[in-house]
Amino acid sequence: MSRDVIKEIEEEIKTHKVMLYMKGTPEQPMCGFSYTVIEILNQVGQPYASVNILADQEKREAIKQYSNWPTIPQLYINGEFVGGCDITREMFESGELKQVVDQAFAATV
Amino acid sequence: MSVQTQILERLEQALSPLSLEVINESHQHSGPGSETHFKVIAVSEVFLGQNRVSRHRQVNALLENLIGNPIHALSLQLFTQAEWEARSGVALTSPACRGGSKAVGA
Repeated sequence: MSRDVIKEIEEEIKTHKVMLYMKGTPEQPMCGFSYTVIEILNQVGQPYASVNILADQEKREAIKQYSNWPTIPQLYINGEFVGGCDITREMFESGELKQVVDQAFAATV
Repeated sequence: MSVQTQILERLEQALSPLSLEVINESHQHSGPGSETHFKVIAVSEVFLGQNRVSRHRQVNALLENLIGNPIHALSLQLFTQAEWEARSGVALTSPACRGGSKAVGA
């Protein structure tokens, strides 16, 4: 059976309240933009999951199609596309990001 | 035409910006004379009523055939005039490169 990458992505963003598609891993980000988002998520302090798209060429292309967004990293909260590094930073600085993430976790607890 | 000029011309035309800066930050990453990493700071009333994702999509679409190759990294800071004034005209700095994609593109 052929692989359904879009379905995998849908599952990932549904399963994880905070889901990051990035270059590298949280322990070893391979791009300054991905690194910045990881630093921010660590400061926000809620759990998150990530996919290293450098290790999955098919998903790397699929995620760009999925979100109609040409670059990585891509952050999803509660199944919704939030943005890349610039938007994540702006939202973090304004306090909006922490609010949205905390809300995502509060909703089901 | 340089990549920087192409970005400037396309955004000038489409956004009628009140302020537009296209900064070539490639020297921090790919060496002198290269045009791979850019930061765009644009203030335009075109962004009124658009959320952040929609603004970025609009600018990405304008630069579509430049993103990936030759543009490897693009930082966008897109504001309306009121938002820009509220920030006192201060943009965010760009993150440092960590080298993971030098061989593979955006």
